[in-house]
Amino acid sequence: MLKIKNLHANIEGKEILKGIDLEVRPGEVHAIMGPNGSGKSTLASAIVGRDYVEITEGDILYMGESILEMPPEERALKGIFLSFQYPVEIPGVSMVNFLRAAINEQRKYRGLDPMSPSDFLKLMREKKKLVGIDSALTNRSVNEGFSGGEKKKNEIFQMAMLEPKLSILDETDSGLDIDALRVVAQGVNALKRPDSSTIVITHYQRLLNYIVPDFVHVLYKGRIIRSGGKELALELEEKGYDWLKEEYENSLNGAL
Amino acid sequence: MIVVEKKPPKDPDTAILERFPKQAGEGLMGKVQARALEQFMRYGIPGKKNERYKYTDVAEILAEGYQAVTAPEHHDFRIEEIFRCDIPTLNTWVFTVLNGFYFEKEDHLQELPGGVLAGGLRQAVRERPDLVEPYLDRYASESSDGLAALNRSFAADGFFLYVPDNAVMEKPVQVINLIRSDREVMVQPRSLVILGKNAQGGLLICDHALTEKRVLSNAVKEFYVGENSSLEITRLQNEHNSMSDISHYFVHQGRNSRVTSTMISLHGGMIRNNLDVKLNGEGAENHALGLFLSDREQHMDHSLFIDHAAPHCTSTQTYKGVLDDEAEGAFEGKILVRPGAQKTEAYQVNKNILLKDTARMNTKPQLEIYADDVKCTHGATVGQLDTESLFYLRSRGIPEYEARMLLMYAFAHEVIREIKIDPLRDRIRELVDRRLRGELPRCHTCFVDYQK
Ligand SMILES: Nc1ncnc2c1ncn2[C@@H]1O[C@H](COP(=O)(O)OP(=O)(O)OP(=O)(O)O)[C@@H](O)[C@H]1O
Ligand SMILES: [Mg+2]
Repeated sequence: MLKIKNLHANIEGKEILKGIDLEVRPGEVHAIMGPNGSGKSTLASAIVGRDYVEITEGDILYMGESILEMPPEERALKGIFLSFQYPVEIPGVSMVNFLRAAINEQRKYRGLDPMSPSDFLKLMREKKKLVGIDSALTNRSVNEGFSGGEKKKNEIFQMAMLEPKLSILDETDSGLDIDALRVVAQGVNALKRPDSSTIVITHYQRLLNYIVPDFVHVLYKGRIIRSGGKELALELEEKGYDWLKEEYENSLNGAL
Repeated sequence: MIVVEKKPPKDPDTAILERFPKQAGEGLMGKVQARALEQFMRYGIPGKKNERYKYTDVAEILAEGYQAVTAPEHHDFRIEEIFRCDIPTLNTWVFTVLNGFYFEKEDHLQELPGGVLAGGLRQAVRERPDLVEPYLDRYASESSDGLAALNRSFAADGFFLYVPDNAVMEKPVQVINLIRSDREVMVQPRSLVILGKNAQGGLLICDHALTEKRVLSNAVKEFYVGENSSLEITRLQNEHNSMSDISHYFVHQGRNSRVTSTMISLHGGMIRNNLDVKLNGEGAENHALGLFLSDREQHMDHSLFIDHAAPHCTSTQTYKGVLDDEAEGAFEGKILVRPGAQKTEAYQVNKNILLKDTARMNTKPQLEIYADDVKCTHGATVGQLDTESLFYLRSRGIPEYEARMLLMYAFAHEVIREIKIDPLRDRIRELVDRRLRGELPRCHTCFVDYQK
């Protein structure tokens, strides 16, 4: 589904990603963990095509095709979805207009006619229930005045509406209360199809109790310094990152 | 030897007067005109040194040599034959002003339900001087604007509306200002709107140019809104790009009155809108909103002067502009809080989006406060569409062009949503949407017959 090869990326001339290799196959769940500032969100941004992330080396293949030159909307239409770490507020753009535009673009891309208003409202209702989001929120402008947790819920609501093939959840758990975390995680699981894949970026093991990863990767200073199974997350929860950082720095020194 | 005698250059003030008849009008109108002419001689055409005209080159516009229309012309057509408003569901009383003169349906003022009187200003002066005299030119003559004075010196007609005490207009009045000529003309309509006490009214003003020629309009409109009365003014400017439209709105408010004005400017080569508001009685409220969308070499300026002359008054100003290509714009908003106008609340915002870096916007909010117990804020921004928002929309599969439309539309929405007449709001929403998409090239879908 997704194949990242030796990816190097700069932000404002500074190298943030320093050679990432990652393969996500259909149906897999990958967790990416790592200290603050290690480049997790930058990696997500590179996959969805933010223009300030400048790819200097390597490639990103999605469904076997390089997407580096593809505009973000096309990546989305092909099934890539990012749940943003910091969703932006867009006053004046109503949730309904926004989602209708997104859904109909998707339908157009697949050669379908726009969805009828009644079908659209039905779809909204169904998906709202799935992620436990209040109608009071979906009647407002996109994220305007939403609390931190509400914004995260809204991201998953959009994911539910758009049914992506590859979902990247960037710290969707932070800001959610314990109950909301459960509801949202259950929603994500309910949306999971056998051939769809998920990348979960998180700092906490807790989310991974619900969304169980097949692989866990640790990102540090722009590199994946350790990959393992779900037990790696438990180990990190217990021991923190220091031991890994140390190992990594030593290996660098050793290499010199 | 041949001596070439050079004529001394004429100053623009004298030059412009040559386009108008020498003798003032008769009666009440004549009196008003004579006084205004004295003011015009004193103030002259505003130059660039004039604070309110820093960004508008009026002298250049007036130098174009337009022919002044100083008398009504004869027509052998009905107005419906040349123009029809395209909002079919809009239930209004329609009145038309053509080239500055009331387009008469009948020769006298019309009486609408509730004792409301409407028609031409000339008719009103003739038939009801008792209603006109206490108001006409009272507030406008406080202004030192030379262009307003030029209108007041020569304008002879326009629209008149009188809403008596306790009357509630059951539907809005729509005034259609048309310019139609095969010459390059200058028109100077003048309007007077009076609401007594406890009255309510709605007014839709549509400005259209039905000609391809270069034309100039210099309009004065006065609104007197009495105690406990409320008035909603919506104005739609959708003219063409060789039209220069200068207008002066004077709004005078009494105790606990409430006025909302929404000015939507979609097209016009040079637009200059002045709005002067005097909150003259305790508890008066004024909400002024504006939205302009300009491209190519259009020039759109707005100048507000909000005069808090009584305590406990509230005013808000929300003006927004979208500028594309080489468009130029200016916003100047002055709030004056007079001594004794305690508990004033005044909030002003001016936000502008430049779609290209060749577009230019000058913005100057200004507070002048002589009372100590007041709440006033103002802010102005000039910027591009928010890149974060743009990316967010695109990341959901919405193409860049559509994402931009959504954002521009959202920007405009803050103004449009304040329009209270539903079909009008829907229509303006649609017009703005089409304008933003560049599908509204000049005039709109109103029925227009240029040939007639
Ligand atoms: N838009 C930007 N402009 C400049 N620097 C940036 C930008 N985005 C990220 N960076 C820098 O890139 C580095 C990696 O940031 P990134 O957001 O990818 O970290 P992260 O692993 O997601 O951290 P966190 O766990 O705190 O979310 C940081 O040093 C950050 O300051
Ligand atoms: Mg991050």
